[in-house]
Amino acid sequence: MQIKEQAKVYDAVIVGSGAGGGMSAKVLADAGLKVAIVEAGPFFDPKDPKTQTQLKFPWESPRRGASTTRAFGDFDMSWGDWKVDGEPYTTKEGTDFLWWRARMLGGRTNHWGRISLRFGPKDFKHKDVDGLGDNWPISYDDVKPYYDKLDKLVGLFGSKENLPNEPDGYFLPPPKPRLHELYYIKGAKKAGVTVIPSRLSILTKRINKDRGVCFYCGQCNRSCQAYADFSSGSCLIFPAQQNGGQIDLYNNCMVRTVTTNDEGKATGVSYINKEDRQEYQIKGRVVVLGASACSSARILMNSKSKQHPNGLGNSSDVVGRYLHDSTGASRQAFIPELMNRKTYNEDGVGGMHVYSPWWLDNKNLGFPRGYHIEVWGGMSMPSYGFGFNASALNEYVGGSVGGYGTKLREDVKRFYGSVIGLGGRGEAIARHENRCEIDPNVVDQFGIPVLRFDYKWSDYERLQAKHMQETFEEIFHSMGAKPLGDMPSKEQDYGLAKPGQIIHEVGTTRMGDDPKTSVTNSFQQLHDAENVFVVDAGPFVSQADKNCTWTIMALSWRASDYIVDQLKKQNI
Amino acid sequence: MDRRDTLKTLLVGTVGGATLGTIGCKTESKEPVKSNTPTTGDYGRTPSEKDWDEKVFADTFLNEQELESIAVLCDIILPPTPTAGSATEAKVPEFIEFIVKDLPSHQVPLRGGLMWLNTESNKRFNKVFKDASSAQQIEIIEDIAYPDPEGKKPEMGPGISFFDRMRNLTLTGYYTTRMGFDDLGYKGNSPNVWDGVPDEVLKDLDVAYDPEWTAKCIDQSKRETIAEWDNDGNLIN
Repeated sequence: MQIKEQAKVYDAVIVGSGAGGGMSAKVLADAGLKVAIVEAGPFFDPKDPKTQTQLKFPWESPRRGASTTRAFGDFDMSWGDWKVDGEPYTTKEGTDFLWWRARMLGGRTNHWGRISLRFGPKDFKHKDVDGLGDNWPISYDDVKPYYDKLDKLVGLFGSKENLPNEPDGYFLPPPKPRLHELYYIKGAKKAGVTVIPSRLSILTKRINKDRGVCFYCGQCNRSCQAYADFSSGSCLIFPAQQNGGQIDLYNNCMVRTVTTNDEGKATGVSYINKEDRQEYQIKGRVVVLGASACSSARILMNSKSKQHPNGLGNSSDVVGRYLHDSTGASRQAFIPELMNRKTYNEDGVGGMHVYSPWWLDNKNLGFPRGYHIEVWGGMSMPSYGFGFNASALNEYVGGSVGGYGTKLREDVKRFYGSVIGLGGRGEAIARHENRCEIDPNVVDQFGIPVLRFDYKWSDYERLQAKHMQETFEEIFHSMGAKPLGDMPSKEQDYGLAKPGQIIHEVGTTRMGDDPKTSVTNSFQQLHDAENVFVVDAGPFVSQADKNCTWTIMALSWRASDYIVDQLKKQNI
Repeated sequence: MDRRDTLKTLLVGTVGGATLGTIGCKTESKEPVKSNTPTTGDYGRTPSEKDWDEKVFADTFLNEQELESIAVLCDIILPPTPTAGSATEAKVPEFIEFIVKDLPSHQVPLRGGLMWLNTESNKRFNKVFKDASSAQQIEIIEDIAYPDPEGKKPEMGPGISFFDRMRNLTLTGYYTTRMGFDDLGYKGNSPNVWDGVPDEVLKDLDVAYDPEWTAKCIDQSKRETIAEWDNDGNLIN
C-alpha cells in the first residue's frame, strides 16, 4: 500500500478536536498560522438538525432513549463510548479499566458535564502537603492568567467564594437552586459540609453576539444548538474559522504515528482515512497532540523510529505511566417531604445548580487528597428506565410494594421527583505502575496496535470512597432523607467506580523538569522532540479533586502561546 | 445531574437505562428494509444507528398470541382512568414488541414468563391466560403482583419475577409517551427561563431561599446583556 502525501505543509498539525485540540486550533489560527485538525470521527455541529437530539421527546426514539447504541442513552451526544466498533482495547489480567472515546468533531466536549473548576494553588504542589506523587513544575500563578482569559472567552457561571483552594474567576451569575438542591444545602450545612453554587460552562448570560443564552432544557449532554454551553466546535473551532483562521479539517482520519526525520524531529503525522482505508501523510512544522491522554500516549508509543526506538518522547519510559482517573462513588436517598409534588418545569441547566468543593483537612482522615460532591435529582424527563420499581419506595412509608392498576399509577406520581443522588469525585494518587501500554498482540481494524491497560486502585482511593459514603449518609440524615439500599461494603470497595469510569483519565505524558522522569517540559513540549506538544490531559502531574477540562484548556492555551512564540523566534 | 449517574436511575428514572444490551452494529444489508411497523421520525441517528433501527424493525420476535397476552397484561397494569388512557391506548405493546428485539435480554424472561402464565391459567381454569375471564385473570395476577420476600408462595416465584418485568416495561413504555407525560404532569423539555422554585411550592413545604444565596444568582432581566467585569472578576452589569 502506497502512502499518499498531502502537498500542503502546515504550520501545525493538531491531532484531536476536543478541549485541548480545539483550544490549540483557536490560538494558533488566531495567530495566523496554517492549521490542520485531524479528527478520527465525523464532522459535528450542535446546530445541525440532522444529528440534533436536544429537545427531542422520548417517544421519538423507538427504544425511548435506552442505551442500546449509546452507553448514556439515545440522546446523549457522544458518538462512541466505552466501545468503538473495530477499535478494541485490552486490560492486563486481574485489572480493570474503562475507556471512553468520542469519535466526532469536538470529541467528548459535546456531551460532558460542563463542570469547570480551576485547580487551586495546593493542587499543583500537593507533594509538599502530603509527600505523595509529584509536584507540578508550574504553579497556580503560571496558569491563572489563562484561566482568566478562558473564563471570558468561553464563559461559565459560578460565584465568588474566597475559598483557599477553589480559586474564583470571571463568573456569570449562577441559576437559583432547584427544590431538591435546597434540601441538599440544608443537609450539607447541618453536616458541616461546604456548599456553594456550582461552576459550569453554561451561559446564564450573554457573553457575545454569536452564542445564545441558556434556555434551561437541562440537556447539555445533548449539545446545545444555541451554543449556550461549551463544546469545542461551537466555541473554539467554528469561531476561529469565522475569524478568518486557516483551518483545514480532516475528519474520519485516524492518526497512526507521528512521522519523524533523521534528526528525530517531527515532520507531520501519518493517518488512515476511514472512508477509503488508505494511509496518508500530512506535513507540519509542529505536531500538537490533543487526542486524549490515552490516545496521544498510544500514538507516541506507536511512533517508533531509529531515533526514538522506545516510541516518540519515550526515552524515559514514562509515556503511558502515571495514568489516573478521578475516584467516584455515589448513593441515592428518598426525601419523604418531596412526595406528591406539584409539578412544574425544573429542568434548569444541564447539571447541578449547587455542589460541595472539598472542605476538609486530610491530617486526621487516614487517606490523602479530597473529593467534591455532585448532586442530582428532581422531576426529570422520563425515558427508558423510568417507572422501574416504581412502588419500591413504599417500603419507607409503610405502603405496599408491588401491585397494579390505579394504585400503581398513584405510586408513580407520589414518588416522582422525591429521590436525590450524591456523587463524590476525588483525587487518586498518580502511580508509576498504573499505565497504558501497547498490547503486543492486538491491532484495531486499521492495523494499529491497541492499548492495554494495567490499572489498580490502592487503599488510598478505597478509603476515600468509604469517607464519601459516610458523608453521604450524614448529609442524607441531616436533610431528612432516607438512604436507599445498603451502604456499599468493604468487599465492594465502598462503591468505588472502576478506573476510567469517571472519564477523567489524565497523566500519561506527564510534565516535569527532568527528562528522565517526565515526558514533556512545563510548556508541554516533548523533551525528546522539540516540535511535538501534548495539549490534552496527558501532561497532568496530578488530577486534583476537580474535573480536568478547564485546566486542559487553560494549559493548551498556554502551550499554544508558547508554540506561536517559539515559531516566531524560529526556535522550533 | 452527573451524566454517569443517570445510568443508576433506578428511581429517579431518566436517561439511559442500566439494562444490559447489545451494542449496535452495522447490518449487512445496505438497502432499506421494509417493515410493517412504522419507524419513528428522525431523532438524530448516525448511519450505523439507522441501520440498526431498520434491522430491529424488520425483525420479528414476539408472535401474535404473545402480543395479545401482553396487551391484556398491559391494561391490567395500567387501565384507563377518567383523565388518562390505558397502556394499550398509549401503544405500550408496540413498544414492548420493539424493545425485546432491541434489548434481547428481555426475550427469554418474557417469552418464558408468558408460558408460565398460560400453564398456571390452564392448571386453574383450563384456559390460556388471555382467554380466561377478567376475574380469573385478576385471581392469578393477585398472586404474582407483590414481592414475596419470605417465600410464602414459592411456586409463584417465576410469576412474580415475570410480572415485575412486565410492570417495569409497561410503566416505562407508558410514561415515555405524551399520554404518560400528561398523566405525570411533566412540564419540561421546552425552552423557558428558570427563576427558582415557585413561591407556592416553597410555602407548602415551609422551605425558603437564603437571600444571601439568591443575591449571587442571575437577574433574569439582564440575561441578554453582554457580560462585563471589573479587574477583580466582579460582574458590573
